Amino acid sequence: MRDLPPFGVIWVYLSASPLLGLTLTLCAYVVAYWIYGRCKFSPLANPVAIAIGLVSLVLLLSGMPYSEYFSGAQFVHFLLGPATVALAIPLARQLPRLRRSFLPLLCGLVAGSATAIISAVVLTVTLGGSYQLAVSLGPKSATTPIAMGVAEKLGGLPALTAVLVISTGIFGAIAARFLFNRMRIDSHEVRGFALGVTSHGIGTARAFQVSPEMGAFAGLGMGLNGVLTAFLAPWLIPVFAGWLAR
Amino acid sequence: MLASFATLLLFQCLGEGITFALKLPIPGPVVGMLLLFFALVAYPPLLERIEATGSELLRHLSLLFVPAGVGIVAAAGQVRGHWLTVILAVAVSTLLTLAVTAVVTRAVMNWQARRHNGDANDEGSGHA
Repeated sequence: MRDLPPFGVIWVYLSASPLLGLTLTLCAYVVAYWIYGRCKFSPLANPVAIAIGLVSLVLLLSGMPYSEYFSGAQFVHFLLGPATVALAIPLARQLPRLRRSFLPLLCGLVAGSATAIISAVVLTVTLGGSYQLAVSLGPKSATTPIAMGVAEKLGGLPALTAVLVISTGIFGAIAARFLFNRMRIDSHEVRGFALGVTSHGIGTARAFQVSPEMGAFAGLGMGLNGVLTAFLAPWLIPVFAGWLAR
Repeated sequence: MLASFATLLLFQCLGEGITFALKLPIPGPVVGMLLLFFALVAYPPLLERIEATGSELLRHLSLLFVPAGVGIVAAAGQVRGHWLTVILAVAVSTLLTLAVTAVVTRAVMNWQARRHNGDANDEGSGHA
């Protein structure tokens, strides 16, 4: 036990390799999931939010820069791509129900997508926010890359949009159960679809933890609203933001 | 398991390629998801083969958002603006979107169920 280097030196040595970031991500998630389980999987104990908080805390306390953390965490991040593709699997399982509910889902999608964009823009402008802020908020229900692309194209702040997309995801995943219980919406099909349309991937992750059926419809809502927002937002946002600014 | 993972990556590549070639404003994986969906509908045996791996990946979907989420927390400090406006707008707009999507979807389901009244095997509209 002689000449052991101090803990700080070991930490610096480990930080240099991707191992630490990867380990940190997985450990934080395991702890977050344990807390989620202890809270009887209550939406209030959202595991994404808890894990993000834990990792951020460690980075803050250790002074580890995000780029260093991400060199390890990118392996987890990379899997988002194939996982998004895999959303087609539960969807194909639900094909018969999907066929039957085609019209209701389409109507819900268009209404929800337009509500997300218009309400965000109108609220921001009426509460005194700038045009730039309204543009950054408009596409927040779409999945991050789509939302950031739309905000950038319209002159918003993509970095702010990313923050708002994640906030919308976490807030929707937390609030949905309470809202739907109050509204007496019981069908997992409807609940899942609305959660996916509103809260994209984070809502879909929550839906899969409730039931595979809810997850399938959430994944569908996420994918469809991502596509629809990419087309709707570029003309809805300028119309409403410009009309209110007058 | 390996073959299933390769299939997922293959569809992601197809999606990324199409997005790039056609300059679509949609991320490649979303296009990949749509392509895989059509492939599964056209050729159902594929479903059995890739289902186990896909479900395993989706079971831990939450985990996959952690690295990006941490980056956003790290960047959030640099963004300045009307925070109260932003928080209010996000919260109210999110609740509105959830409610409107659910209400419209359910209303059309109920309308459809009423039109097809007597169709015994219609349980799609839930228990509303």
